[in-house]
Amino acid sequence: MILGLEFPPISHVTEWPAIFGEGAFSVNKVVLLMWASVLIVVILYAAGRGQKPVPTGAQNVAETSIEFIEDQIVLQTMGPEGLRFTPFLLTLFTFILTCNLWGLIPGAQMPVNARIALPMFMALLVYVIYNAVGIIRHGPIKYLKDIMFIPGVPWPMYILLTPIELITRFITQPLSLAVRLFANLLAGHLLLVSFAVITQALFETTVVGAALPFTLLVFLSGFELLVAFLQAYIFTILAAVYIDAAMHPQH
Amino acid sequence: MLHLLAEQDPGELVEGLTAVGRGIVYGGAAIGPGIGIGLVVGNAISAMARQPEAAGMVRTTMFLGIAFTEALALFGFVLAFIISG
Repeated sequence: MILGLEFPPISHVTEWPAIFGEGAFSVNKVVLLMWASVLIVVILYAAGRGQKPVPTGAQNVAETSIEFIEDQIVLQTMGPEGLRFTPFLLTLFTFILTCNLWGLIPGAQMPVNARIALPMFMALLVYVIYNAVGIIRHGPIKYLKDIMFIPGVPWPMYILLTPIELITRFITQPLSLAVRLFANLLAGHLLLVSFAVITQALFETTVVGAALPFTLLVFLSGFELLVAFLQAYIFTILAAVYIDAAMHPQH
Repeated sequence: MLHLLAEQDPGELVEGLTAVGRGIVYGGAAIGPGIGIGLVVGNAISAMARQPEAAGMVRTTMFLGIAFTEALALFGFVLAFIISG
């Protein structure tokens, strides 16, 4: 109860009842939306294989997103050497973007990444990949040594720097990757829910009073569109930066 | 004040203090990143204004800087939900 308004508790707007299945394998709305996102990514993949010289429709979207990932993410952070990671980063980007956009589509209204399971899994995937890349390229001992001892620092600083570098690489990086995506989407979802609740409550008492929160709700939906895109972009570019840091220690 | 607190139902007291704690946690966690994001974006804008041809590169780095800074505020946001009475 705030100012006479009954805001739904957070579990009410993020937890959905199971549609079918039982226990840990039950399928609810969020899982169905995730499957729909997988389907969209597969369709885009198939469309990207198209060989039409003048692309139309889905092939156009697929080719534009490939170009975006190559020019804006891979070449900006990893250089030409990172081009072999483009398929992975492209899949990551399109999947996160479609998952985020469900929060704005009427009827769905639930960003899949507002539950931590999926961001956590994807962050773990990136974590495994960048550590594997570093270990395969430099061997486990040199990889650890590169992380712990930064060149060009007076040696007493290592007492302070080594633990910080280790914690950053092995705990903070994957944790912040998952939490950033999750918390941004959850915050956006809660914001939209709050303004929808205010609009409805004001509409019931004074019809005119609902105009202001409704306008804000429309603007916030536009803002959430930006956030959905930006978070997918940031997750992908950070994955690229982490892989690059594992490949080339200390510039 | 203490007299009033003693008359309260302990469950209600815990609930109220939890809400206050959540507010303090999120509010405190938002101060630093707020200043930080302001610095990052402000400096990125002045860099873009001085050298418009480098705008693309600056923008990428700016988003990275925002992402790193913003993470702290988001930790606070999540922590505020984790706190329970």
